[in-house]
Amino acid sequence: MNCKQALLALVLAGGALSLQAQHRPTPAAKPKAKTAADPALTASITRGAVVYKNVCITCHQADGGGVPNMNPPLIKTQYVLGDKARLAHIVLAGLAEPIEIDGEDYKQHMPAQAYLTDQQVADVLTYVRNNFGNKASAVQVAEVKAVRATLK
Amino acid sequence: MRFPSTRLLLAVPVVAGSLALYASQTNVRVAPDPDNAGLKLPAGFGALKVAETGGKARHIAVTPQGVIYVKLNKVKDGKGILVLHSQPTGKATVTGGFGDYGGTGMYEKNGYLYASSDYNVYRYKLDAKGEVAAPAKPELLVSGLKVGSQHESKSIVLDNADNLYVNVGAYANACQEQDRTRGSKGIANCPILDSAGGIWQFKASQTNQRYANGTRYATGLRNVVGLDWNPQDNQLFVMQHGRDQLHDNWPELYTDQQSAQLPAECMYAIKKGDNAGWPYLYYDPQQKKKILGPEYGGDGKKEATGNYIDPAAAYPAHMAPDGLLFYTGTMFPAKYRNGAFIAFHGSWNRAPEPQAGYYVVFQPFKDGKPSGQWEVFADNFAGSAAKVASGRADHRPCGLAQGPDGSLYVSDDSKGTIYRIVYNAKK
Repeated sequence: MNCKQALLALVLAGGALSLQAQHRPTPAAKPKAKTAADPALTASITRGAVVYKNVCITCHQADGGGVPNMNPPLIKTQYVLGDKARLAHIVLAGLAEPIEIDGEDYKQHMPAQAYLTDQQVADVLTYVRNNFGNKASAVQVAEVKAVRATLK
Repeated sequence: MRFPSTRLLLAVPVVAGSLALYASQTNVRVAPDPDNAGLKLPAGFGALKVAETGGKARHIAVTPQGVIYVKLNKVKDGKGILVLHSQPTGKATVTGGFGDYGGTGMYEKNGYLYASSDYNVYRYKLDAKGEVAAPAKPELLVSGLKVGSQHESKSIVLDNADNLYVNVGAYANACQEQDRTRGSKGIANCPILDSAGGIWQFKASQTNQRYANGTRYATGLRNVVGLDWNPQDNQLFVMQHGRDQLHDNWPELYTDQQSAQLPAECMYAIKKGDNAGWPYLYYDPQQKKKILGPEYGGDGKKEATGNYIDPAAAYPAHMAPDGLLFYTGTMFPAKYRNGAFIAFHGSWNRAPEPQAGYYVVFQPFKDGKPSGQWEVFADNFAGSAAKVASGRADHRPCGLAQGPDGSLYVSDDSKGTIYRIVYNAKK
C-alpha cells in the first residue's frame, strides 16, 4: 500500500465510521459473549443503554470519557467500579463538589436524577459498570431503593 | 576628515537599504513545519509548532519584542504563567515561569502584562526587553470576583483609555432553581446577574479594586471567554458561550437534534449598559430571533420581550468560542486586516450528534462591524474528522495573539501546544 492508497483507505474508513455513528440510534450496548450467559444481566444492560442515551450521554459522552475539566469519565474509575451505594447516591442526589480523577479536576455539578425509577437507575448503572471497558457486578433495584430511602 | 564623513553619508542609505532587505527577510526566516503543524490553512499560509508546553495553555500574549507569555489553567511545576523566547526560525523554548495561580486571562498593553486567576486580576511591569522585572511582586488590581463550579475563567482586555474589562461567567446554565435539572424553572430576576453573567469594567492602573470600585459594563452574558477591543470603532466585542441542554432539560420541547443546533454561539458588540438577555432568552440562528428560554415559559417559538441587544454575528451552537482577536498586522493579505479571528475550542454539548468546532475562524469586518460570511481559517487541530465527531480532539484552540511581525499565535489548552501561523514564508 503506497501513501495515496493508505490515505484513501483512511478516508474511506473515516467515512464509514461517521456514517455508522450517524445511523446508529443508541451507543454501543452489545453485550459481550461472556455476559450473554446471564439473560437478566443482558436485559438490564440493554435497558440501561436506552437510559444512558436519554439522560447521561450529553455530559458523559458516547464513549463514557466525559469532558475535560467539566464532566468526569466513567471509564475504570473507583466512583463507577467501587461502592454501589455511593454510585446510586450520586445519580439520585447529584454531586455538588469538584472531584479529581487521575490528577484531572472535574468541576461541573451533577444534577440529581431522582425522577428516574429505581429500575432505570439500576439498569443504567449496570450498563455503565459493564460498558466502556468496565466489568463489575450488576446494580439491583433493591440497592437503589435502599439508597433512595435514605434521601427522604 | 571630509572624505570619511562623505563616505559615511553615502553608506547610510546603503546600510538602511540592506537593513530593510534584512528586515523583510527576517519574516521569511520563520520556518513553517513541513506538515504546517498538522493544520489545514488557506493557500499561502504556513504554520509551525512553536513549543510544547505540556500545560493547559489558555490565553497568550506576545510583547512587541516577541516574548511569549502563556497563562496556564492549572499550575505546572509551581508556575501559572510560562515565558517563552523564540529563535529566528520561530521555534521557542520555555525559559521560565512565575505566578503560583491557575487561570485564563493574559494580555499585554503599554508596557504591562495583565493576568487573571479565577478570582483576581494582576499586572506585571515589563522592561524594555519585554521581560517581567519582578515576577514575584505583581500589582493586585482586582480581587474577590465571583467563581462557581462552571464558567470560572476571568478573561481580560483593555481599551485605549486605561480601562480593564473582565468577564465574570454565570455559575449556572440557565439560572434554574436546580441547575441543569430536568424541568426546573428559571429564577425570576436571576440573582446571579448581580455579581456574574456579565462584563465588569475596572481601572487598569488602580490596585486593590473590588466589585464596588467597578461598573457592571454589560449584563445578560452567560459566559464570555473570547473578547477583544475593536480598534476601528473603539468598542468592546465579546463571544458568548450559549446555553446547553435544551433537550436534556426540556425533552418535550426539543429533540436532541434541535438541542445540538440551538442556540447560536453569538458575537456581541457591546456598549456600556447593554443587556444580552441571558438567562431569559437564547438566539435561534434558523429563526433569526431572540427566543424566550423554556425555563421562563418559552416553547421554542415565543420571542423574548425586553430591551435586549441583538448579536453582531452568529455561529453554530456549542462550539465554545474561547479566543477573539482583531487582526491589525500587515503580514497577512489585506482582507484580514481589521477582521476578527475566533478560536472555537470545540463542542461537548452536541452529543449524541457529532461534535463540532476545534478550529480558528476568520470573520471579515468592514468599518468596525462584521461584514460577510465567516470562514474556517485554521482547521484540523483535532487531528482527524473522526476525532472531531467524537470530541476526542488531539488539540483544542483557546487563546489568540498577534506577534510583532503580524504572525498569529494560537494556544491549545489540551496538550499545551503553541502554534504560530505565518503568511508567505519560505519553506
